[in-house]
Amino acid sequence: MNLSSQSVIPLTGTGSGVRRNKILPAGSVAPPFSLSVTPNQALALREFLGRPVILAFYPADWSPVCGDQMALYNEVMPEFARYGAAMVGISVDNVWCHAAFAASRNLHFPLASDFEPKGHIARLYRAYREGDGTCERALFVVDRHGIIAWSYLSPVAVNPGADGILEALDKLTGKLVG
Amino acid sequence: MNRLLVPVNANDHIQGTPNAEWTLVEYGDYECPVCGQAYPIVKQLQEHFGDQLRFVFRNFPLREIHANAEHAAETAEFAAGYGSFWEMHDVLFENQEYLEDEVLIGLTAKMGLSASKLRRSLASEVYRGRIDLDFRGGIRSGVNGTPTFFINGVRHDGGFGFEMLLRAFAEAD
Repeated sequence: MNLSSQSVIPLTGTGSGVRRNKILPAGSVAPPFSLSVTPNQALALREFLGRPVILAFYPADWSPVCGDQMALYNEVMPEFARYGAAMVGISVDNVWCHAAFAASRNLHFPLASDFEPKGHIARLYRAYREGDGTCERALFVVDRHGIIAWSYLSPVAVNPGADGILEALDKLTGKLVG
Repeated sequence: MNRLLVPVNANDHIQGTPNAEWTLVEYGDYECPVCGQAYPIVKQLQEHFGDQLRFVFRNFPLREIHANAEHAAETAEFAAGYGSFWEMHDVLFENQEYLEDEVLIGLTAKMGLSASKLRRSLASEVYRGRIDLDFRGGIRSGVNGTPTFFINGVRHDGGFGFEMLLRAFAEAD
């Protein structure tokens, strides 16, 4: 399926004098990807066509537990499920690191490894921090056609929570799920 | 700025008077060590502000990382049915490293409440719905970990030290 025929990627954030780190906005086609989620398993964005998917780019595995963004999303999974939405965490950590992290947090959603070439997919979403060599803390809600419905760039040290994601899913599905 | 979307209401566990100048709402998890650190600081704030502070505790159990958090929260809700919510709330935080079911049942019995009724309540998840409501309201209000405090309806994004919270109260004025 050729996603690029459905919509044009807006040309914001290109050329000179444009702020760095302007992540892909709503209305853009979500750049396709296929990333490793385990040592022998890859996950492609196109697998989520037909349902919303939340892409949560984050700087690194292993942040402090009780305020951890991925641990929070893990708790909110039943809420996301009410919208039929899937969740994927993405960082530049490798699959072994992801596996240990996911096991320690009992995560019920996949962590994708943007490891080689490092940060390639994050760059396509304009969610890569050049100086730090990590992903931004950036959220994308992608609709069932593969178009970004909502995106949000959080200060890197701040857990953005799930309220923005749920509001975006409300709008996407045109209803408030109790 | 994140605001508390679920106003303090009759279903809440409240300490202090409705016309207090300050309202502090905590979304907390009895097994969360950071909530455990914040627990005596809340007491300190209550002492400091006296009847000018109203304190509300809402459940935000991180069930996937804290195996006993859900049952601990259910035990406090069970105690609430007998007018003993705050007594149980305090006992849970003071014993937060040992919140296995048998301990919860022991603490309940020691408080003079029925251990067998608690057992049945835990088994049938009677209080789960109420805790879910707290949790969902928290998520919508931008609770992103535990503990999360709201001072007069605005999320406090700084640390949980006494001085830091005092400053936040002053700024919320």
